[in-house]
Amino acid sequence: MTAIWIAVIGASVTAFLNKYIGHSVPEQWLDRPRFKRINTLVPIVLLSALVGVQTFAHKKELLIDHRLAGVGVALLALKFKAPFPVVVISAAVTSAAIYNWF
Amino acid sequence: MSINPRSNPVDRTALSVAFTVGLYGAAFGAAGVTAGFSILQTCLLSLLLFSGASQFAVVGIMGAGGAAISAIATATLLGFRNALYGLQMAPILKVNGIRRILSAQITIDESTAVATLQENDSDMRRGFYITGIGVYIFWNIFTYLGALGASAIGDPAVWGLDAAVPAAFCGLVWPRLKNKKQFIISASAIALALLLTPIAPAGVPIIATVLLAVIFGWKK
Repeated sequence: MTAIWIAVIGASVTAFLNKYIGHSVPEQWLDRPRFKRINTLVPIVLLSALVGVQTFAHKKELLIDHRLAGVGVALLALKFKAPFPVVVISAAVTSAAIYNWF
Repeated sequence: MSINPRSNPVDRTALSVAFTVGLYGAAFGAAGVTAGFSILQTCLLSLLLFSGASQFAVVGIMGAGGAAISAIATATLLGFRNALYGLQMAPILKVNGIRRILSAQITIDESTAVATLQENDSDMRRGFYITGIGVYIFWNIFTYLGALGASAIGDPAVWGLDAAVPAAFCGLVWPRLKNKKQFIISASAIALALLLTPIAPAGVPIIATVLLAVIFGWKK
């Protein structure tokens, strides 16, 4: 089995367990203030790290290229409260324009 | 149960959320194929994993050459908030057996968000199920279309797909940044991940940032 298959199946199993556990455990197990504070921050750090790596990294190298322009436009679109698809498409168009013309 | 988006405001909210979020599945489908996943593997993530941020993390990490274990660990941590949503929804849904399994599968950001906007238990249930099932259907259809579209494309950079993926992550993280502290945490996570990129194996720079969540979340 390839690594991708292991990731697909493994992550699907743990995702379901996460969801099912919530529906099944007594409330006081997970209902702790410190635990909840940390858990609100987990998506912020992981998603931010993914933004950073996917914008600047190429394998193990860091570089500035067309992707940064695309992400910059996405941030601008978010600042002006643009809907999801507009954010993604404006980033793609900007990045593609720079990649193809320069 | 009949759905009336014209006369019932719960149905209207639920369906518009379901459709908008579902469209976004096309971005995921394209991201999956761009990262080297087959159309089948990409679609299975939407059918089985069914949690946007975790799905993007899996294809993002594997696409960057990360190990399966990093992808699974990151996706699991990202999906843990769904456990907290389940905790909130269980006393309202009151379901067992197969119904609990199906309800668990559609316990995600959107279904819980629409449900918790409602004022009574019956509207909460209605909002939860219409949004959850609606997102499930649209998200999977658009994942397939996105994967199909991207597999017809050669170099993803020509179409800007390599920027569309981090842009998608920006769209997921942006609504969570509500105060200065959260912006600082986000910036430190980016800095730490980039600092580790040249020296740590792929996937590790991302999962390592959980340490920051623990440090910043420890004290109020």
